[in-house]
Amino acid sequence: MWSLSVAHSHSSCISALPTSPAPTVSIQYPRVLLVLRFSIYTRFLRMEKGGRSRINCIFENLVTFLRRCIFYVLSVGPFPYHIAFIMDGNRRYAKKQNFMEGNGHSVGFLALLSMLKYCYELGVKYVTIYAFSIDNFKRQPEEVQSLMDLMQLKIEGLIKEESIANCYGVRVHFIGNLKLLSEPVRLAAERAMLATANNSKAVLSVCVAYTSTNEIVRAVQKSCEQKWEEISILDASGSGYGLTEVVLSEKDEGENLINLIDIEKHMYMAVAPDPDILIRTSGETRLSNFLLWQTAYCSLYSPYVLWPEIGFRHFLWAILNFQQNHFYLEKRRKQL
Amino acid sequence: MLSLLLPIPANNTLIPLRPNSSRSRRTGAESHPFSPLPSRKLQGQVETTTLVKVALRENVREEGRGGNSIAGEAPEGEPLPEDVREDMMPKHVAVIMDGNARWAKLRRLPTSAGHEAGSRSLRELVELCSHWGIRVLTVFAFSYDNWIRPKVEVDFLMTLFEREIKSQLQNFMREGIKISVIGDSSKLPESLQKLISDAEETTKNNSRLQLIVAVSYSGKYDIVQACKSIASKVKDGVIQLEDVGEGLIEQELETNCTEFPYPDLLIRTSGEQRVSNFLLWQLAYTEFFFVQALWPDFGKAEFVEALKSFQQRQRRYGSRH
Repeated sequence: MWSLSVAHSHSSCISALPTSPAPTVSIQYPRVLLVLRFSIYTRFLRMEKGGRSRINCIFENLVTFLRRCIFYVLSVGPFPYHIAFIMDGNRRYAKKQNFMEGNGHSVGFLALLSMLKYCYELGVKYVTIYAFSIDNFKRQPEEVQSLMDLMQLKIEGLIKEESIANCYGVRVHFIGNLKLLSEPVRLAAERAMLATANNSKAVLSVCVAYTSTNEIVRAVQKSCEQKWEEISILDASGSGYGLTEVVLSEKDEGENLINLIDIEKHMYMAVAPDPDILIRTSGETRLSNFLLWQTAYCSLYSPYVLWPEIGFRHFLWAILNFQQNHFYLEKRRKQL
Repeated sequence: MLSLLLPIPANNTLIPLRPNSSRSRRTGAESHPFSPLPSRKLQGQVETTTLVKVALRENVREEGRGGNSIAGEAPEGEPLPEDVREDMMPKHVAVIMDGNARWAKLRRLPTSAGHEAGSRSLRELVELCSHWGIRVLTVFAFSYDNWIRPKVEVDFLMTLFEREIKSQLQNFMREGIKISVIGDSSKLPESLQKLISDAEETTKNNSRLQLIVAVSYSGKYDIVQACKSIASKVKDGVIQLEDVGEGLIEQELETNCTEFPYPDLLIRTSGEQRVSNFLLWQLAYTEFFFVQALWPDFGKAEFVEALKSFQQRQRRYGSRH
């Protein structure tokens, strides 16, 4: 797998990525980030191999220590319980760096690992990511297949002992209509959910084959089915003593049928509370059919940065933004 | 960590701290003609404007309009600005009209003055939309969650809605504007409910612009009532459970009163970046545009900026091209 070969050395990491002919020299700054990100990824692999460069080790520990100090200061104030990410901009990043198209997603995965690390270090309990929408099946079959292959590889990586899931005690849920996925990916997802079922420190919800409208339709169908069963049982057992026919007016019947709680109970996202912040990268300000129900009161934040370029400073900015909004909202609530 | 020193280019980033500074007052003053803040006060002092002055200005404007219609000619529509393309106009624009109370507080006026100024902004926006070819305009006038506000404010808002509908009805007939109201109308005063149904009946044949006013509305409530109506249809055997799909839910939502139920563009004023339980299902692919200006200060310039931003967006709906 070419993505594994990337991990062998920092200096060759960039040249190891298959590039399109005649690559231009990109600016230094993103490459520094790329190197930092690869250093995080290689840490997981080096732990497996058993060899660690001393200088790299010291550098990583220093960076981690500084970051934890900043998080300690931030955690004195309010911080989000649940963050949602729309990971937009992978393809644009690949085009910008003159990589082959699929590589943007791989670098994006490394960015995801970094962001998850920051979230769990800060103490954010729930993280939700929009990995693959039902609408994305409309893309070119080759792109869809390469995304499925990448997902399968990364899902299998989650089960390994040194994976981020086990390091931070993260329980993983795969949210969406999993029947739409190909069998190997679906089986890998089910195995990962089973393997991490006992983790309880944090939760990662990965939305694959997901759209919010599909989720709501399914919740409506399940609520109707459940109520239909309850009514059938009541009628069959005769325990209503005819009261359900006599007493309830048409209006009451409608109201007693389904509530907001019934629908929320049957949502895929019932495994997590509503998000506090939703971060969409690459500057687009739209939800694209993601968590429409759950983001009713959520802060929306859309930095211009492309997803593979997202880093610690953007995360910090999002948290500071949240804290400022939080104080303002509390003040408004008290005024009411 | 060096990266922390670098400026962060970001869209819609840190909202400025709540305005107590004079700078934001200046910004508020300069952007809208209907402003009680005179220019000599820009050093930071705010003139305490009374309600009388506000009302006087309103009357002057109304007389000006009345003068035009008495002459027998409909007022000329505002031409579309050059940098806004007519073929890429959104069909349905949704607006969350936020910031009236803050606007009034900045000017040391009661909240009711803020809402009055807000209704003026709305009238201007409706006029712009009807002349610029927008087919549907949905405005979030009053949320289901707003019932917890002080009774005085809520009663004033109900009175304001009644007054506005009565005064604008003739204008709607003249301009071809169809009005629809969505939301849980059972909590509204009876007189307002009757007025709304009369206004909807009177304007139902107008077709130039549909104005949907969301009063006592909640996006979640909308989906739940659609679900209830589907459930009762399933119970009565009108439809099968397997038929329940996105299309069916779309037909049962309160926005089924229009041909274009999904907004293309959502504008929220006053810098808040959230949806606040407005049109949840319908906003699946809507482009959001957040404006720092408060709602009474939202005018043609801000609207043009929103339209220009919308026209530059690449809408992919999940696919690549």
